Amino acid sequence: MARLIRTEKEVEGRYEEVWLVVEEDALEQWPAGAREIVGQPHVRVDGAQRARGEAIYTADLQLNGMLHTAVLRSPHPRAKVTRIDLAPALALPGVHAAIGPNDIPQLTGDCTFQGQAIAAVCADSLAQARAAVRAIDVDFEVLEPLLDPDEAVRRGELVDEEPRVKERGDYERGLAEADVVVEAEFRTQVVLHNSMETHQAVVQWVADGVEVHISTQYIWGIRDGVASGLGLPPDKVRAICHYMGGGFGSKNSPDDYTFIAAELAKRTGRAVKCALTRREENTAAGNRNATIQRLTIGARSDGTLTALGGEFVNAVGWSGWSSGTEGPMQMLYACPNVKTTTYGAKLNLPPMKAFRAPGFVEGTFGLEALLDELASKLDLDPLELRWRNHADTDLADERPYSSKNLIECYRRAEPHWERRHEVRARSTDTVKRGVGMASQIWYGGGGPPSYAWIRVGSDGRATVVTAMQDIGTGTKTAMAQIAAEELGIPFEHVTVTVGDSDRGPFASISAGSSTTPSMGPAVRAAAADAKRQIIEIAAQRHHLEERVLDIRGGQVVSSDGNLSAPVGDLLGLLENAQILGKGARGPNPTGMQVLTFGVQVAEVAVDIETGEVWVDRIAAIHDVGRVINPLGASSQIEGGIIQGIGHTLSEERLVDPKTGRILTTSLDAYKLPTIADVPEIVSELVDEPDAHLTNLGSKGLGEPPIIPTAAAIANAIRDATGADVRSLPISREEMLRALREAEAKERRAAPARV
Amino acid sequence: MINVNGHEYDVHGEVGTTLAEALREELSLTGTKIACGEGHCGACTVLVDGVPTLSCITLVHTVDGAEVTTIEGLREHPMVQSFVRADALQCGFCTPGQIVSAVALVDATPAPSTEEIRHAMAGNLCRCGAYPKIEEAIRTWRD
Repeated sequence: MARLIRTEKEVEGRYEEVWLVVEEDALEQWPAGAREIVGQPHVRVDGAQRARGEAIYTADLQLNGMLHTAVLRSPHPRAKVTRIDLAPALALPGVHAAIGPNDIPQLTGDCTFQGQAIAAVCADSLAQARAAVRAIDVDFEVLEPLLDPDEAVRRGELVDEEPRVKERGDYERGLAEADVVVEAEFRTQVVLHNSMETHQAVVQWVADGVEVHISTQYIWGIRDGVASGLGLPPDKVRAICHYMGGGFGSKNSPDDYTFIAAELAKRTGRAVKCALTRREENTAAGNRNATIQRLTIGARSDGTLTALGGEFVNAVGWSGWSSGTEGPMQMLYACPNVKTTTYGAKLNLPPMKAFRAPGFVEGTFGLEALLDELASKLDLDPLELRWRNHADTDLADERPYSSKNLIECYRRAEPHWERRHEVRARSTDTVKRGVGMASQIWYGGGGPPSYAWIRVGSDGRATVVTAMQDIGTGTKTAMAQIAAEELGIPFEHVTVTVGDSDRGPFASISAGSSTTPSMGPAVRAAAADAKRQIIEIAAQRHHLEERVLDIRGGQVVSSDGNLSAPVGDLLGLLENAQILGKGARGPNPTGMQVLTFGVQVAEVAVDIETGEVWVDRIAAIHDVGRVINPLGASSQIEGGIIQGIGHTLSEERLVDPKTGRILTTSLDAYKLPTIADVPEIVSELVDEPDAHLTNLGSKGLGEPPIIPTAAAIANAIRDATGADVRSLPISREEMLRALREAEAKERRAAPARV
Repeated sequence: MINVNGHEYDVHGEVGTTLAEALREELSLTGTKIACGEGHCGACTVLVDGVPTLSCITLVHTVDGAEVTTIEGLREHPMVQSFVRADALQCGFCTPGQIVSAVALVDATPAPSTEEIRHAMAGNLCRCGAYPKIEEAIRTWRD
């Protein structure tokens, strides 16, 4: 029976209260461990299409009569357009239409960050559109930008009205009770998503609605966002994304380019593509915001934490949200006295967007690096220190965990941790080696609503139909495994159809590590519904009781072994009839905190003369409940760690402090990791189903692997050299600064020479 | 006239048309991707007379008379299946360019060392970070 509930929904660590209709999840979880199909490694179902260059991405669409768009964006971080004339652009060959400030809400002459859209032109070719944008006559009054996050906090320029203050226990008393107090300021930089496919959409008006082909992580968010932006009923917007070239959190909503294309399509009566260039992508497509973290840890001499305190400044940019940088400090350890204050500084810089575990990547770097400074001061083993402060319940939220296997992660990390003696021993006079670790905590439970349909044809093959998206995480493959396992048919007999809001029910966003834990249970429920119907038909056909029948390996079988007939033989009787199953995601466990956990151990080498840092090896152990596809899961872990290495060592959006202009707009200037930067990566998953969470017990894995990487590397550097790196990226300058500081500290500590 | 994957085409690009644009827009060979458009990422890699070439910064008139091989011409190459088998792709947008570079490598060096793989593939960026498995796919392409 459908049940109406009021519940909390979590995405990327942000909660909202929502009404939900949930259908009770009647299915028991499968026992722990690999099954015939679920839990086995499978290559991705659409791997060949992608590898062979057959997959059509939004970037590849060529609709009849399609026009191309170029956008005039503000070159200044803060400026007013004093005059603009689109006529010279309209006069150029191939140009069909031009729009400017206030023609749509997404175009403005009041520029508050570099890259803000001012005007746009569409033309027969992209080259013509670009030439036309260059021809637009525009004058700016350039204004002084606000770029310094601390200054913004002083002035009260915040994205939220008030800073976010969270306190439990008595922080001051906790500090007074401490035998040792460590404090430090940490800084993290702006990093850019740089998905290989830039943000883009192709829009065309069809009758009284629009079709939006878009590179997105959230088909339904596009449908709803475009509908509300254009004043259309939601079902007059069809959002389509069959293949997309990466998002990492930056493609959750329709943005200026979508509305620019929609307006130009309306004016021209043509399909219009608006695609960001790589340079626009590096300016105006979102970013992981910079942070400043002023942290304090108090502990007893045995390592028991008595106080954790932090002032966090998220340099959010002009808009966006102030992410949970304080989250790890609030949630990771069993400390009774915690006080955090988080400011979201509003600056004349491009808006942040979610980027793979926003806030927690940054917050884990500060917290876990300072924890190792504490360990060093107390002369305690860092792993032992973490073990001693393990949280058995969530003190921040006062709810029990639905499941937590962090201790098991620590246990499995021990052999990697033990390597530190051997690794350190390989140090030379100039190249120092060491090992560091860091823990991970994050969300990833997913939630309702999410729906799936399954149709089983007369050939006994099944198609999963749901309007979700596969952004490269391998979700289609995982859904095929779940459907095949539940239906009892071979993996190869399942097709998964996604990517179109007109062709399937509502499906989850692919963000917040939520696709598998949201969609998987719905797909399993749909498969179970179809299987029940097939067994009912088989029982009537073979004059047997339903309870003695099952489907295994594509065969309808009876428990006495007398019946074994292909599903296709049974359903073939029905000719073009189809068995239709439907399934809905059940609710999350009431009163429980659903989280993911893990630990990473990094091995590094530091050249103390040049400041160069190499990461040699990272071992990652994560706890995300039941694993559906170990092959795809290992790819996710490797990808997260490699992005984490980029974040730690090489990536940084640079801004000219004088003008506020962005200096790193190309992939030449912005240093992404290459294949030559990749260390040995060893990954392991605890693979223990969360007994309280859905019919699968699976959580998400997209974000957890990037969270502890920076801290583990920083701690390995400290192990190798004694230097405390405090700022990301750990460039050679930062490394040499930390080495000099460590040397000075050592000199001060040494007994005076007589 | 250019020869693409064994077929002769008479391409009429405007002055300034790149090889990538001609392949994608005139010949509808969209397996070749444009991800940066300025020769920094390798997604547009094709073979010109067997040599890996960044088609987004190669003007189409400069390959007049040359033999161009794109991912569409390499679909039956065992490297494609090796990438799929090793799970050497996630979003897949850089993958055709990766495979073209990998094919050029093993054409010259059928059993490349790790160092040779890393050297040859360092110009092909993958933001999803499929690198460990790309390395594995190239190491095991004849299996």
